[in-house]
Amino acid sequence: MTKRSSIRLNAALVIGGILTALLIATALLSLVWTPEVPTRVRVAMRLKAPLEAGLLGTDHFGRDVLSLLMVGAWNSLAIAWPAVLLGAAIGTAIGTAAAAWKGIADEIAMRVSDVVFAFPAVLSAIMIGALVGSGPFSAILAIAVFNVPVFARVTRGVALQIWTLDYIAAARAIGKHPLRITWEDVLPNIAGALIVQVTIQLALAILTEAGLSYLGLGVRPPNPSWGRMLSDAQTYLSQAPHLAIAPGIAIALSVLGLNLLGDGLRDALDPTLKGRGASA
Amino acid sequence: MSKRFLAAALLLSVSALPAFAAKTSLVVGMPIEPPGLDPTVAAPVAIREVTWVNLYEGLVRIDRSGKVQPLLAKSWEISPDGLTYTFRLQEGVKFHDGTSFDSADVKFAFDRARDPKSTNAQKQIFAPIASIETPDAATVVIKLKETSGNFLYYLGWGDAVIVAPETAENNKANPVGTGPFKFKSWTRGDKVELVKNPDYWQKDKVKLESVTFRFISDAQAQVAALRSGDVDAFPTISAPELFAEFQKDSRFKAVAGNTEGETVAGLNSAKKPFDDVRVRRALMHAVDRKALIEGAYSGFGQPIGSFFSPNHPAFVDMTNVIPYDPAKAKALLTEAGYGNGLSITIKTPQMAYASRSAELLSAMFAEVGVDMKIIPTEFPAKWIEEVFKAKDYDVTIVSHTEPLDIEIFARDNYYFNYKNDKFKALIAEAGKTTDEKARFAKYAEAQKILAEDVPALFLFQLPKLGVWNAKLQGLWENSPIPSNDVTEVSWTD
Repeated sequence: MTKRSSIRLNAALVIGGILTALLIATALLSLVWTPEVPTRVRVAMRLKAPLEAGLLGTDHFGRDVLSLLMVGAWNSLAIAWPAVLLGAAIGTAIGTAAAAWKGIADEIAMRVSDVVFAFPAVLSAIMIGALVGSGPFSAILAIAVFNVPVFARVTRGVALQIWTLDYIAAARAIGKHPLRITWEDVLPNIAGALIVQVTIQLALAILTEAGLSYLGLGVRPPNPSWGRMLSDAQTYLSQAPHLAIAPGIAIALSVLGLNLLGDGLRDALDPTLKGRGASA
Repeated sequence: MSKRFLAAALLLSVSALPAFAAKTSLVVGMPIEPPGLDPTVAAPVAIREVTWVNLYEGLVRIDRSGKVQPLLAKSWEISPDGLTYTFRLQEGVKFHDGTSFDSADVKFAFDRARDPKSTNAQKQIFAPIASIETPDAATVVIKLKETSGNFLYYLGWGDAVIVAPETAENNKANPVGTGPFKFKSWTRGDKVELVKNPDYWQKDKVKLESVTFRFISDAQAQVAALRSGDVDAFPTISAPELFAEFQKDSRFKAVAGNTEGETVAGLNSAKKPFDDVRVRRALMHAVDRKALIEGAYSGFGQPIGSFFSPNHPAFVDMTNVIPYDPAKAKALLTEAGYGNGLSITIKTPQMAYASRSAELLSAMFAEVGVDMKIIPTEFPAKWIEEVFKAKDYDVTIVSHTEPLDIEIFARDNYYFNYKNDKFKALIAEAGKTTDEKARFAKYAEAQKILAEDVPALFLFQLPKLGVWNAKLQGLWENSPIPSNDVTEVSWTD
């Protein structure tokens, strides 16, 4: 046993970690500092190329693209985080309950998940938008709803495995309540899988948020969002391609970073992969 | 011998080729598909853009310079008191279904339009009519209750086209008129096809054999369709930022003309704080129209200071009445009790000009301490429901494309909730004034009242950015009335 076995660094983990840290740092920085006021319109300076005005140029209203991107990072995370956490909380509760009681409860939970799963996030966002009005709140809700079945399935899968283990059988034998078993014995053992899933779902949530904002269902103008920057850039593609490239790269790097981080974390945390990793 | 003949024939046919090759079909692109094809029962502009003077004709028409010209009425007399209009009709005109056109059709069409149950969008056209008489098949006598200065002009609109009693009910899906083109087919979501009317009463004027209207809402797709030749002409292209490229391209003709569309940000005058004229003026002072046009419409479009189209001879430039002056705006807001800031919302339709203008307005208002939140809504359904009917809004933005529509500010219960009896009386008088000079003077006064009262923020005249194949001729450069008149369009080779 060496220290390396507690958390082993791998390339995916390092690169993903750096990209994700960069994303979070940018988002946090935007709260206290941006090169320009992101919503400041300067029509005289519209559609300037990168470096001609600011590091990444200006958009069709003369706003600084870099500042918009930075605030966009915050807005993107501000929707993705609560959405995934909400989805994870509800999904995990359903998944662990299904694993604990099995039988008819399990069946119902899983079939309902299947139904929810059948609706893509964008579709449920439009539905929720029609019910409560489109905006950041309904975007969070829509992404959360779409995350619930994902987490329900993942937790149920791993939890079912845990429930077959001897120490759970022992706990049941001494009359421990299933809720306490879940809380004290099951959850700590599936935490690794959950963390990995949260990371991967975050990537997906950022992508979905961009998609929703692209369609006008997410962050409201003039509050900047990567998705809307892309949709605004569309008709200026031939005149000012940087308007599309900048948010495009931002989305791609964030999603890549979180995915790599998720992969890396799985390799590092998954007990079933540990043996293989050590022998390699 | 026969070989030489063949060669000669070949030579002849080759040299004659350009004459034969001149295209006789035309594909016109439009951003919005009409909901039906009967302009006498619904308001949407897209209906007129397909049907007016292509499928249907009125007694008179508006020409490309905005003037009234005879059409189905070859001449008319107006009695000295201005109350009796006697129209002499063209003879030998047939509807597309073969039935003939006569004075009874005119009476039917106007009675149908002014019927209380009719859904005609411009009932003010017919409101002054007292009676319609048909002394013979080629004469129509219309008696008015009161003089109407714009009566003839109104009769040129799509809302007053002549339809036949046999077919009027089905005109929405299967239009039958007297125009140069007949309806062939309508593929919903894609295109409407028209073919030349072989029995048209002035068929020598018409060069095209067929016209197709294709509906393409996406700006990029419009450009692609023009470039690939799938569409020959886009009389109004949706994306001004793409228009500039066509101006440099010699294969196309790119013309920036004027429409009748006044883009205004309506203020809900019944609601606090917009019931205070100082707040309305302050907001107007906060708007830099030039910057707005630059940002929202790539610099195309004329700034307006009141609600009147620059195409109209009675237009007066009112942009200096309340010019861009943020300091004045702040002072007025302080005076009205909003010195510490004001929080309002704007309901914005999805059209690019509207949402971009809203973003710019919001930025301009922020400079004077007004925080305006943008609430996107969907046009037409949701916007009509929430803003136009329920009047549940603070600020909204839309372009009003009907010609000579200053009277909407005189309407009771219109969505601006604007009430000004003086203005109302003035518009009513202007409508009754038959003397052109006196009428225009009244319109000038009305424009001034609106400019000072600011029931809506007057922003800019929507330009008509038309792009078409350089070999096409005869398309309209301005649109003094919503239309895509293709009667005189032809290919040059």
